[in-house]
Amino acid sequence: MENLLITILLTSIPILLAGTGELISEKSGILNLGVEGMMLTGAVSALGSVLILGNPYAGIFFGALAGILISFIFSFFTISLMTNQVATGLGLTIFATGLTGLIGEPFVGKTIPSLPKIEIIFFSEIPFLGAIFFKQDILFYIAISMIVLVHFFLIKSRFGIVLRAVGDNHESAHSIGYPVKKIRWICTAFGGMCAGMGGAYIPLVLTPHWSEGMTAGKGWIALALVVFASWLPFRLLLGALIFGGITILQFVGQARGWPFPSQFLNMLPYLVTIIALSLISIKTRAGNIYVPSCLGKSFFENN
Amino acid sequence: MFIFTPRQIENNNWVIISPLISVIFTIIIGAFIFKILNYPVLESLYQVFVSPFSRPDRIADIFVKACPLIIIGIGLIFCFRANIWNIGAEGQFIFGTLCAGSFALLFPDNENKFILVLMFFVGFLGGAIWGSIPAILKIKLNVNEILVSLMLVYIAMLFIDYIVRGPLRDPMSFGFPLSKPYPDGAIISKIHFPGIGFLGQLHYGILSIFVLAPLAWFLINRTLPGFQIKVFGSAPKASNFAGFNKNKITFVVLALSGGMAGIAGVIEVSANMGKLQPEVSFGYGFTAIIVAFLGRLNPYGVIFAGVIIATAKLGADNAQMILGIPKVVTGIFEGVLLFFLLAGETIQNYKISFKRKT
Repeated sequence: MENLLITILLTSIPILLAGTGELISEKSGILNLGVEGMMLTGAVSALGSVLILGNPYAGIFFGALAGILISFIFSFFTISLMTNQVATGLGLTIFATGLTGLIGEPFVGKTIPSLPKIEIIFFSEIPFLGAIFFKQDILFYIAISMIVLVHFFLIKSRFGIVLRAVGDNHESAHSIGYPVKKIRWICTAFGGMCAGMGGAYIPLVLTPHWSEGMTAGKGWIALALVVFASWLPFRLLLGALIFGGITILQFVGQARGWPFPSQFLNMLPYLVTIIALSLISIKTRAGNIYVPSCLGKSFFENN
Repeated sequence: MFIFTPRQIENNNWVIISPLISVIFTIIIGAFIFKILNYPVLESLYQVFVSPFSRPDRIADIFVKACPLIIIGIGLIFCFRANIWNIGAEGQFIFGTLCAGSFALLFPDNENKFILVLMFFVGFLGGAIWGSIPAILKIKLNVNEILVSLMLVYIAMLFIDYIVRGPLRDPMSFGFPLSKPYPDGAIISKIHFPGIGFLGQLHYGILSIFVLAPLAWFLINRTLPGFQIKVFGSAPKASNFAGFNKNKITFVVLALSGGMAGIAGVIEVSANMGKLQPEVSFGYGFTAIIVAFLGRLNPYGVIFAGVIIATAKLGADNAQMILGIPKVVTGIFEGVLLFFLLAGETIQNYKISFKRKT
């Protein structure tokens, strides 16, 4: 039971991290469909840097850095050149899938050491919960605390309010003097960093070797997760756990010999994504106040 | 500091110039990437972009490779013109193929080529059904079609995998996940040129392009629904004001592009594989998105675009064999190409001038 819960938690970390980043960038009005590509970039950079430097912590740094760098491509086109965000995001994913395949080619078949588990003294002694929540790796702690930070940042801090204003009405935000484009660049970079770390988590903790396209749609699920969470950080956590649980369900099903073909169990995460998106749409059909009004719209700065 | 000023008059030449410039820039970027990764630059570029033209049978194979890309691309034009983002053509391709293939396998001894007509119909229907799922969810519940159509790709892939390993597996396949071979009637034959023989894998399915492209062009440019699609995509408010049915347009473009992907699948599998297998598509549905953009959402443009992209795909296969460059490199080219094309649209719509920051 304990192990099962830990596995679910760990499986949900990549989509949680990527979802957190995407949430911030969407709140500023930028819909980045390149999450899958940024995660792959993070994954291959993490894996490569660990292979070269031998230290799993280097993987976190280089995964995050690579995520930021590749998000700059997206920002340059969508924010500076005002290209269509959907098409550019798709382009980013296609580009990154190719690029990571090329970079990752020499890494195939090599295994890297995992991120060490860190016990938090005192808390890890708590029966049951201690082993689940306080004997994990550092990225796990980062991911969980990020959710709390992002929540308070968006709601309580001045910067959070400015950020939301930019996402809700970029014309007004601009006319009262906020640098719309600069804020969006920063938010997209944050999204890239989180997606990079989320991608890095996959080789650093879950499967310690490279395979082409190893994120297997997790970036897309992270995108769906943001919609499912109605742009609320804590719901993101809940959603990520549900998806973690469903992903694990297929392995449990296979191990216990459930009478379904494995392909149907493997379909579950994708099927549940569609169902979850539909359910949340029924619930918010009257209009969702948390949707950033300028989401996906280019901002034309009239000089 | 760059200043953007909206253009009052559209620059018509740019429609043709911008794809050309984009392709050239992409090749330059490609050269840099090869250089950084220590591959011989000229030799790599030669393999990727020129070697497919080096022999008549290779040129024929370009068209074989381009065929599914062009057909899917023509379907996607309708979606993208309506500003509906169908990125799940890959899944619609697979599901259409699966439906048509299962249908063909119901008549194991059929030798009549008429069955192909029915297979086109079933394949179109299958693809259209798969494409209409995101349409219905969007219409009824306002669910984002991008995510749903993409999720359906993964579902279709797993579904065909199940079918060819389970119900439709050929008992004589020695444990390989393959269906029984299609009946003779369901095979699209290769073109035999008198005096020359076969040219590569060139097959009669190619001819469908010359029917579908003019048909699509006519639909878009000479009919009311085509006009509605364009207005809906470029000026939703005007479309609403004119009383165009938003739901109907959404449904039609998604079902139509799904159906076209299904037809592409039928041709591809009936001509080149002759049976169902777990992998019937090799990312054609995703590549076709780039093809549609490179063709500037014009059916005839898409034919040229399909040929260019197919050349790079075949060239990448050669480059992998000869120089050991992983063929995923085409993904990089496709991504970069899309970036340049999109930037080209900005240049089409805005005049860009440079001013020192004051």
